[in-house]
Amino acid sequence: MEVGRHPNIELLTLAELLTVEGEPGDLRARVLRHPRYVDTQACIACGVCAEKCPKKVDDEYQMGLAKRKAAYIKFSQAVPLKYAIDPDHCIYLQKGKCRACEKLCPTGAIRLDEKPSEIELRVGAVVLALGSRPYDPAQEDDYHYVSQPNVVTSLEFERMLSATGPNMGHLVKPSDGIEPAKVAWIQCVGSRSQHPGAASYCSSACCTIAIKQAMLAREHAHGRLDAAIFYIDMRTQGKNAERYFNRAQDQGVRFIKSRVGSLTPEPGGHALRLRYTLPPGDLKEEVFDLVVLSVGSGTGPEQRKLSASLGLRMDSHGFPEFSAFAPVVTSRPGVFAGGCFRGPKDIPTSVNNASAAAGLAAGLLASARNTLVSRPRAAALREVAGEPARIGVFVCHCGSNIAGVVDCPRVAAHAARLPGVAHVEEYRFACSQDAQAQMARVVQEKGLNRVVVAACTPRTHEPLFQQTLETAGLNKYLFEMANIRNQCSWVHGDDPEAATAKAESLVAMAVGKAGLLEPLNESDMPVNRAALVVGGGLAGMAASLSLAKQGYVVHLVERSNVLGGHALGLGQTGSGEDVRENLEGMIRLVTRDRLVRVHLGASIIKAEGFVGNFHTTINSPLGEEVLEHGVTIIACGAGELRPEGYLYGKSPRVLTNLELDRRLGDEDPQLLEANRVVFLQCVGSRIPERPYCSKVCCIQSVRNALRLKEANPQAQVFVVNRDLRTYGLREDIYREARAEDIHFIRYDHEQPFTVEETTDALELGFQDWVLSRRLSIRADLLVLATAIVPETPNPLAQLYKVPQDDDGFFQEAHPKLRPVDFATDGVFVCGLARAPQSMEESVSQAQAAAARAAAILNRPSLKVGGVVARIKKSACVGCGVCVACCPYQAITQDQDGKAEVNPVTCKGCGTCVASCRSGAPDLPGFSNASLLAQIEALVRP
Amino acid sequence: MAKDVIGAILVVGGGITGMQAALDAAEGGFKVYLLERTSSIGGTMSQLDKTFPTNDCAM
Repeated sequence: MEVGRHPNIELLTLAELLTVEGEPGDLRARVLRHPRYVDTQACIACGVCAEKCPKKVDDEYQMGLAKRKAAYIKFSQAVPLKYAIDPDHCIYLQKGKCRACEKLCPTGAIRLDEKPSEIELRVGAVVLALGSRPYDPAQEDDYHYVSQPNVVTSLEFERMLSATGPNMGHLVKPSDGIEPAKVAWIQCVGSRSQHPGAASYCSSACCTIAIKQAMLAREHAHGRLDAAIFYIDMRTQGKNAERYFNRAQDQGVRFIKSRVGSLTPEPGGHALRLRYTLPPGDLKEEVFDLVVLSVGSGTGPEQRKLSASLGLRMDSHGFPEFSAFAPVVTSRPGVFAGGCFRGPKDIPTSVNNASAAAGLAAGLLASARNTLVSRPRAAALREVAGEPARIGVFVCHCGSNIAGVVDCPRVAAHAARLPGVAHVEEYRFACSQDAQAQMARVVQEKGLNRVVVAACTPRTHEPLFQQTLETAGLNKYLFEMANIRNQCSWVHGDDPEAATAKAESLVAMAVGKAGLLEPLNESDMPVNRAALVVGGGLAGMAASLSLAKQGYVVHLVERSNVLGGHALGLGQTGSGEDVRENLEGMIRLVTRDRLVRVHLGASIIKAEGFVGNFHTTINSPLGEEVLEHGVTIIACGAGELRPEGYLYGKSPRVLTNLELDRRLGDEDPQLLEANRVVFLQCVGSRIPERPYCSKVCCIQSVRNALRLKEANPQAQVFVVNRDLRTYGLREDIYREARAEDIHFIRYDHEQPFTVEETTDALELGFQDWVLSRRLSIRADLLVLATAIVPETPNPLAQLYKVPQDDDGFFQEAHPKLRPVDFATDGVFVCGLARAPQSMEESVSQAQAAAARAAAILNRPSLKVGGVVARIKKSACVGCGVCVACCPYQAITQDQDGKAEVNPVTCKGCGTCVASCRSGAPDLPGFSNASLLAQIEALVRP
Repeated sequence: MAKDVIGAILVVGGGITGMQAALDAAEGGFKVYLLERTSSIGGTMSQLDKTFPTNDCAM
């Protein structure tokens, strides 16, 4: 929705990129526009065309589990909300007869004679986000997906769970419509597989998706459902995913570490028999009602075709090649790529890729910033103070969406009798362009000074109507909406009388409130165009470079005396790139960039201000200095756990992975003499005190195991693990390691792992999970894959008023959609400070944080004011309750202890109003008087 | 690199990645063309029911 409404985004649907020519900065993109056969200007999305269309086809949005018509919208919240005609199925376009939609469309929007056309777009850069294609289990049908209706893919199961799905969210077996009692998930279908057509990599997100689905399915069945997930390694390496895994286990989801050997349909076709093996070799059989295949993600013909046309260098899996230090850069200058098109990943990583690519493209085109964008101009507003309320009420029919149920003329007539109402009008579509123009005209002609629109939801349409008010010279806060669609015609569709009566009441309430509305002022606050980046490690440097490239001054504050952070000690990335070399390159760029001011040996002692205007005091060998900046990026990293036990620190044969990395870099001769090396995984991670996965250690261990093996091919190397989490494309090195004869042993972490030192070796003892017995290994070297630990409490949390989560990592605003933002405006997080992650992910996140921060720095000014709380100081007793309650830390106490609201950080949530026992805070537009007016209007006969 | 740089960015793909890229590029001061192969944007994520770990509606 936000995309559809953005003035600077032009949305071209049914469009296909054919070729890109030219040089970076000045590219010509040839685009093929397929016909929609519907004029989007004229279509009002009334749905008549789909209702009357005689042709039913499989609905791909519902994964073929339901039907749609050949005239269709994908789903009811589609953007753009305009119908389209599917030329592959339309009877007229296929056979030349029908045209029912054309005859019946009330606005004459159908254009069956439209032809495909080609256009050329001139752009400076291209961002490819082509997505992925789920694996089709029909191509190697081990699990009877084609013949058995009760074998479904994970994406089909998503639709089955959804309230907008084919069964309205009622979970039933496709074969007979009866609720299932036992559901099984089979992981890695089409991933981590050597089958032809399948992917050899791990698809990264499916383990977490299966857990989510199992928990939701149990919720649907009120717990009366047996959910079993069959897996190879449980890869819940993402932030908070391990907690989710633990919660699912506690709630009774069964996790069975076993590859399902065979699936056979039971007689009758309503159930499926699975055969699998449990250690130490017990054959098991179990019958399930429904089997979900957790299918992997890969590339399809559309991704491959475009990549080839653009001449991108691809890897062996069909993804664009990239470096961990430039994760969204492709082999073609000016072309960036992100999301699942660039390799399998979860939603937050995709979102970060997206922001990172936008930021790098912005850096490339910095000299042309703001040349092709428009900004709305502020109109002169009419003074309405002192005037009696003259309220205009506009009732929207929304085609038949409202008027099909609610008697709109009756609602309008009722509104006309309400006190203060000077004018009432009805519109077929209040949001249409002509209705908006008419509304503005009426406001001016009739001298209206308050406007009520009875239509849909303010969430989507309030900004539009507010804009119309401003065009008509009214302050945009003199506006109120009554949602007679969602709250009347939708929910009371079967009772038009009640729906109409409720609509009358809602309009009366809105009118009651509108009479008391007052104009609110917003003032402009200038933005300081510098950024502060805290932490000079990989993430901090990547963020600084992206911002500097976009033309902003960056203060990079590093606590130690060198740039580089923990990565300085690392040898190779998961895919084998040299870390030191790349890092040194970055350090050179940072130190040479005239826009990046590096402050080494500097600590932050004080931080004041808010988005747009921060003042941070640092203390460095050069003395104290106050830095002025508009945004703050926290990239302070995290540390390595100093392990206890395992003879660590007592025997020279025991070291951590990071120490091994350093010694490998120094080509330590002791390592070459080690003929037997054991890596122990999850030291300090995935335990009750630290219930998260440190994500990078499996990859680091496998990479180091390979390096050891290369240095000394005679060496026997063991990786003792719980689940091996070489997620995504990193699966390649796991396969390589097995081919190199590196041994992977699963151990039972609840049994003791013992380490004893003899004169010339270590004696290690542990419980082997597969053999179900204790094993001992004599080893020359024990490498501990230790946890990544954040600093807790981190003083930055207090300084910039941002939260840390239960594990001590910084807590982002939204785990999926705003992964680098804080709820506090103008402060961002990236790298290990947010969660354990790979270097590639840290860089992408850092560049994402830079892009998000740049959006603020690019604004000419910030709007301050509007719906923000005010404090009546005479009533305030200075108890401080509101200060503690405010979720945005927008309230402070002045020298007399009285509350004070910062209008920049206040979000107008009203928590302070509710918390105050003295009635000192007030939220304009939501004052007690206006709420009482609403209630009065409701109860008035 | 071109001498006269064009202040517009083409984003191909209207899923969550493409939409986010489009929004950030537009907020960053660039004209954005967002190309989508199908009739509306949203991509795969719009087909998901709820998302881990908040169980937020994927819409």
